[in-house]
Amino acid sequence: MGGTFLFDGQPVPFEDGQTILQAARAAGRYIPHLCWHPDFPPHGSCKLCIVKVGGRHVSSCALPARDGMEVESNTPEINGERRALLQMLFVEGNHFCPSCEKSGNCQLQALAYELDMSSARFAHFFPDRPVDASHPDVLLDFNRCIFCELCVRASRDVDGKGVFALTDRGIHKHLVVNAESGRLADTDFAVTDRAADICPVGVILRKRVGFAVPIGERKYDRASISTVAMEKGE
Amino acid sequence: MHDAERVAAQAVERHRREPSQLLQVLVETQDAIGYLPAAALTRIAGLLELPRSRVEGVAGFYSFLHTEPVGRFRILFSDNIIDRMLGSRALMERLCRRLGVSPGQVSPGGEASVDITSCTGMGDQGPAILVNGVAVTRLDEARVERIAALVHAGTPLAAWPAEFFRVDDNIRRRGALLGADFVPGSALQAAMKRGRNGWLEEMRVSGLRGRGGAGFTTAVKWGACRDAPGADKVVVCNADEGEPGTFKDRVLLASQADRVIEGMTLAAWATGARQGLLYLRGEYRYLLKHLRAVLAVRRAAGLLGARILGESGFDFDIDIHLGAGAYVCGEETALLESLEGKRGTPRIRPPFPVTHGYLGRPTVVNNVETLAKTTLIALQGGAAFAATGTPQSTGTKLLSISGDCAYSGVYEYPFGVTIEHVLEDCGAHDPQVVQVGGASGVTIASHEFHRRIAFEDVPTAGAFMVFDGRRDPFEMARNFVHFFAHESCGFCTPCRVGTALLKGYMDKLASGKGAKMDLADIEWLDRLLKNASHCGLGSSAPNPVIDTLLKFRPAYERRLVSLDFKPAFDLDAALETARRMTGRDDPAAHLDRREEV
Repeated sequence: MGGTFLFDGQPVPFEDGQTILQAARAAGRYIPHLCWHPDFPPHGSCKLCIVKVGGRHVSSCALPARDGMEVESNTPEINGERRALLQMLFVEGNHFCPSCEKSGNCQLQALAYELDMSSARFAHFFPDRPVDASHPDVLLDFNRCIFCELCVRASRDVDGKGVFALTDRGIHKHLVVNAESGRLADTDFAVTDRAADICPVGVILRKRVGFAVPIGERKYDRASISTVAMEKGE
Repeated sequence: MHDAERVAAQAVERHRREPSQLLQVLVETQDAIGYLPAAALTRIAGLLELPRSRVEGVAGFYSFLHTEPVGRFRILFSDNIIDRMLGSRALMERLCRRLGVSPGQVSPGGEASVDITSCTGMGDQGPAILVNGVAVTRLDEARVERIAALVHAGTPLAAWPAEFFRVDDNIRRRGALLGADFVPGSALQAAMKRGRNGWLEEMRVSGLRGRGGAGFTTAVKWGACRDAPGADKVVVCNADEGEPGTFKDRVLLASQADRVIEGMTLAAWATGARQGLLYLRGEYRYLLKHLRAVLAVRRAAGLLGARILGESGFDFDIDIHLGAGAYVCGEETALLESLEGKRGTPRIRPPFPVTHGYLGRPTVVNNVETLAKTTLIALQGGAAFAATGTPQSTGTKLLSISGDCAYSGVYEYPFGVTIEHVLEDCGAHDPQVVQVGGASGVTIASHEFHRRIAFEDVPTAGAFMVFDGRRDPFEMARNFVHFFAHESCGFCTPCRVGTALLKGYMDKLASGKGAKMDLADIEWLDRLLKNASHCGLGSSAPNPVIDTLLKFRPAYERRLVSLDFKPAFDLDAALETARRMTGRDDPAAHLDRREEV
């Protein structure tokens, strides 16, 4: 069956079961996202992929495409809202790009450049989030967590381990690991897990390979996140 | 094995090692130990074969579960604006002084902890508290003194005066539902006589819409569930009445439980469900014994269980699940997650619960009042039911009225009643503002009192809070903003961060440091919350701010110190650490006193 919908005025074909975001990607149209990943079912928490359909805001990662839909995405209004969502993510955590090992490979940072975010706008929360360096191969820096739950999902659904989970709620929500001690070293996490290389920001970092590629020569230093996503499918 | 682990293991066994019972297991373990020690969580995870991280995630989600020790007497003050207007804050300070404890802390000897909690549903007889989860009403200074003495003496809750725990129904106006006697089983007999299809048709004719707020047509929901593939259908009663200012479901569960349970059974007759679940908010756990007794009587009378009223193939029974302090669980998909023993995070919709609900099975989720109303339809017919109210809002509506009026309580009106009519009935002498529908509802100013309670004009899940000329609409809105920030599940970015930011802006204004730019930021956050939130909690969280900014803007503007910008950062306060470290407190060590030097 499938059909066609209008994406920012241009026709985009879709197959049955495809979401707006999937169909748009397949047609070479980029929609910003953080918690969505091509290998996982939609999660719908970051809300960066919001678009307007018939005047209503929806999450394009989760809403199935329908024939004749009119979707607005790359508009000043929607991009303004996306920028504000990014600002929210920046102020609720502790993000210091210049000293972060993930700089240049970080999707949060890359999207901020993509959407011309030039200030944090809101007051910073400066939360107290201790790091966990207990594991021999991996460092966890919770300061940068954006709660996309990709590590939670990868560990649970791919690795079959359930190493990560979220606890508490609201602004106090935070990541925990599967050990009474709260230490990653006391879980069965391995650096070869799918969860080890899924983090879109800089929470899960491999030890002993930091800065192997200099900042300035990394993925999103060389090309914008929309270009990388469309050309390499990442 | 340690004691905590043994207790936890017993709770798991009572629930047949069902992972979906995790929340109930945690509640019962905490009941026995007082909190949830780390070892107990590990043991529960092991026995349920769940990752420990998931158990920890659930334990951390619900306000009434504690992973750190709390006082032997855990006292929570209901913090709705109505409780505050009745003096709850001063009473809490008094109790804290008597017990030698600060809010949010445990007293040195571990005897007590005192804190605030979201509205406990006692707006008609507040200020109200919860002591170890049990509701205490009508607090005043004398009662606070007696509670302090009982806590000091270590008197077990069971030996406290029964009067403390008295909860009145306060039914002030009776209509079709509250005014009629009800014989258990009579509605069921009438519906069964019509056959399953005939009964659903009668529901359709009634035009009954959900009383929980959204107003979806009940017969459509039931029909969709009946027609959904899957044999194991489920009927869920949403008794998670968490909307601040609402308490009519409390009264229905206390005085009309048979109608509510029979409504669930009527839903089962229409949909073919065999399993029923009643999700009771933790604040109403004092009703648990009563509700279980009603279920037992009905089972004995053949109104629940196998072959209901002798009809072969009509098997249906009900379990009660207890919530643990999470407003978001009133959202039907969050409620389903909670019933499955998970964090109460709203699901992505579609699919909707009618096709993929509890454990993926077709599920009807109805509000307490909606279910009670179905008994009227069964007994009198859909046409008779639709004869009252308005064409789009048939039947009657229960209102929970509290605040600045002479007679707080529950009032039943046909839909279409004007707000001024209600205000007159409840003895409101100088009403200036009415908050209809709770924190997420609509703020009504006096020039709008001619408007009507109906889905097509002013919709409401039941709350009706009255504010007179002494009250400040800004403080009302600020109270609700704090509520939403506390209750946000934190799943989506706009609600998790937006409600916390909004709280910061409202507090900045309240502390006299507001500027015009803050109002612009507030309006920008309102828009983001409305547009981008994942569920109704986030999208309705800015409602009281949007409404009061529109209708009572001077209440905001008189708090502004600067017309353009004033930083939230307080430089002088930031010097406090340095002052402490250097032991200085002279004028030269204070920015704001430097001129005097």
